[in-house]
Amino acid sequence: MYDTSDIRKGLKIMIDGSPYTIVEFQFVKPGKGAAFTRTKMKNLLTGAVLERNLRSGDKLEPADVESKKMQYLYADADSYIFMDTTTYDQVNIPKPTVGDSADYMPENINVDVLFFNARAVDVALPNFIEQQVIEADPGFRGDTATGATKPVKISTGASINVPLFISVGDVIKIDTRTGQYVERVGRA
Amino acid sequence: MAASRETVEARARILRAVRAWFEAQGFLEVETPARVRSPGQEVHLDAVPSGSGHWLITSPEYHMKRLVAAGLPRIVQIGKCWRANESGPHHLGEFTMIEWYRAHERLEALADDCEALLRVAATAAGRDPGALGLAAPVARTTVRDLWARHVGGELTGSEDATALRAMATAAGVAVGSATEWDDIFFQAFLDRIEPQLAAAGPTFVFDWPAPLGALARAKPHDPRVVERFELYAGGLELANAFGELTDPVEQRRRFEEEARTRRIRGKEVYPIDEALLAALPKMPPTAGIALGFDRLVMLILGAGNIGDVVAFGERAGE
Repeated sequence: MYDTSDIRKGLKIMIDGSPYTIVEFQFVKPGKGAAFTRTKMKNLLTGAVLERNLRSGDKLEPADVESKKMQYLYADADSYIFMDTTTYDQVNIPKPTVGDSADYMPENINVDVLFFNARAVDVALPNFIEQQVIEADPGFRGDTATGATKPVKISTGASINVPLFISVGDVIKIDTRTGQYVERVGRA
Repeated sequence: MAASRETVEARARILRAVRAWFEAQGFLEVETPARVRSPGQEVHLDAVPSGSGHWLITSPEYHMKRLVAAGLPRIVQIGKCWRANESGPHHLGEFTMIEWYRAHERLEALADDCEALLRVAATAAGRDPGALGLAAPVARTTVRDLWARHVGGELTGSEDATALRAMATAAGVAVGSATEWDDIFFQAFLDRIEPQLAAAGPTFVFDWPAPLGALARAKPHDPRVVERFELYAGGLELANAFGELTDPVEQRRRFEEEARTRRIRGKEVYPIDEALLAALPKMPPTAGIALGFDRLVMLILGAGNIGDVVAFGERAGE
């Protein structure tokens, strides 16, 4: 069992029979009462967000989840196909489970896939990826009044806002948590 | 350095204005020991050990009450307090407290002080008090009223923990494993009432149920509640005030009760402050209050994290 002092981002716990991952937490202590941890968590099965105020000392049941290193291979009509990098087994994960992460999931990338009761429930990308720019408008002047950026396209089809000096063929570093451009790392 | 240079300067202006205001109101600024043998006894406070049977104060209240009992009717202290195991966007292990007392005056006088101080602090920092919800008098409500509106049911303050648990559960509050009166209450308070207070303008919450009495005296006409208010503003719990308990017999009973609870929960048990109990019979009817100065600065400057308004504050708990 966990208690409230174990709470951190990404901790997996069971609430009312469903697995949740902690998204945000905050120490609170109302009116001379006990300490609580104000916690925001995401249901790993439905994606629904739940807020709970957990009292210091409350016991939390760990969610029985397993993380596996897998490689993303390709997409079909309604799922993404991943390969276990140790057993070479392939699994199909429904597109909604991956959600917007797919924007930053180029083919052949290594990810952590989370399983609950043998079912894939979440895909964790590396925090940063490096991708080549495949489309950029050379005549785009940008809005110089607001920091001068322009949208470019990467191989996943996602559009990223980058500084004006970036052009097709440049390799850029992207933060997968925010979708933001970090820096230019070179040219392919 | 956590706070920006502008914040450090604004904080200094607010502090200077607050000091000047207290002086203009005839308060005497005092200093009491930071290192003591009997720190606050409250069950949910833990003091930081300071060697040879001493701890750092969690609040200067015990010594300040002895000064009131010794004949100083209007005193203020602005100083550091320390609390173990408290760290978060609104909590620092070391923080600055403004604590003041008004002998022979009612609790409401302290609420008036708070309103005046908020305006003084805002003005000192060049902020418009109206933008902080201070254009009109600050709203005053009661715990019972908030409970009836946001939890549901009539909270008397005389129901036992079992009845309170049943009432909270019926209202849909997930009370979990809580069996103590205060734990059940605060679960409902945090889940239902606090979000409403955070969204509202500044609010004084009066008349706390007797089980949350701490160092407050019972209301003469309704002993199920105590003379206590808390000031909430901008989602911050800014101040806590008591009509001070001056009955040494009742105070000893509460200290012993708290010591027993601390022992049961495996917490450090601090020596009872006999000097305070000896002074209480000489203490006139008094209203006393503690206001978190760092949180006041947060409110005025619109800071979201207490670490951002302290020169070497740490951002924690996020």
